[in-house]
Amino acid sequence: MTTEKTTEPFWWGLFSAGGVVAAFLVPVHILLVGFALPLGWVIDTGALYRIWWVKIYLFVLISLPLYHWAHRFYFALNDMGLKPINKALAVLCYGGAIIGTAVTAWVLLKV
Amino acid sequence: MSGTRPDPSKLYRPKMPATWWLTKKSYFLFMLRELSSVFIALFLLVYLYQIYQLSRGPEAYISFTEKLNSPGWILFHLIALLFAVYHSVTWFQSSAVVLPVHLGERLVPRQIVTALHIGVWVVLSLGVLILFLALKG
Repeated sequence: MTTEKTTEPFWWGLFSAGGVVAAFLVPVHILLVGFALPLGWVIDTGALYRIWWVKIYLFVLISLPLYHWAHRFYFALNDMGLKPINKALAVLCYGGAIIGTAVTAWVLLKV
Repeated sequence: MSGTRPDPSKLYRPKMPATWWLTKKSYFLFMLRELSSVFIALFLLVYLYQIYQLSRGPEAYISFTEKLNSPGWILFHLIALLFAVYHSVTWFQSSAVVLPVHLGERLVPRQIVTALHIGVWVVLSLGVLILFLALKG
């Protein structure tokens, strides 16, 4: 047993929250964005994206599943034999999620 | 347990080929579940890009929406949807294991906990659809 302190619980918490958001909310958004709008079942000019609480909702919807991706992808790559470069993978995955969070905030503030 | 760690060079480390997850159906399904997160993330980035188009005006937003009506994009969204639904179902199944629900002394069967999650999922999805239809311009 070691009592070493790690940041693992922090990243696991974000992974878990992102998993919940993705499980409950992402499929219906794929239906809307991927099918209903392009196929013309629904017409939209995007006015709803200027509503402040919609922006907060979208920030949660888009940013949290990125940490879910980071955690799963990092461990999947490790399990596929890339453990020797796991430090670089951690930077790529978790760093990517952090950059994604910043870009999401920037886009939502811009529109 | 003592605080000393064994010498790492003396530990037994089985060599796993990079393709171990192709050797058994359950391993393969595990890896598919892990990879579902890639398609979910890709979808969200496309969605973010679509929202970004709004900063260039509603015309840019609408024209990007129309661009998504191509066989390639429809196929991408179909694959993303299948992976997303697979993530949802497996997530609710594992939630039922990780967070067991008790009613008094009795443990609620896992299948019922999973079914309740799926019920909440359907209600939330309908809620998002209704809100979107109410707010769209």
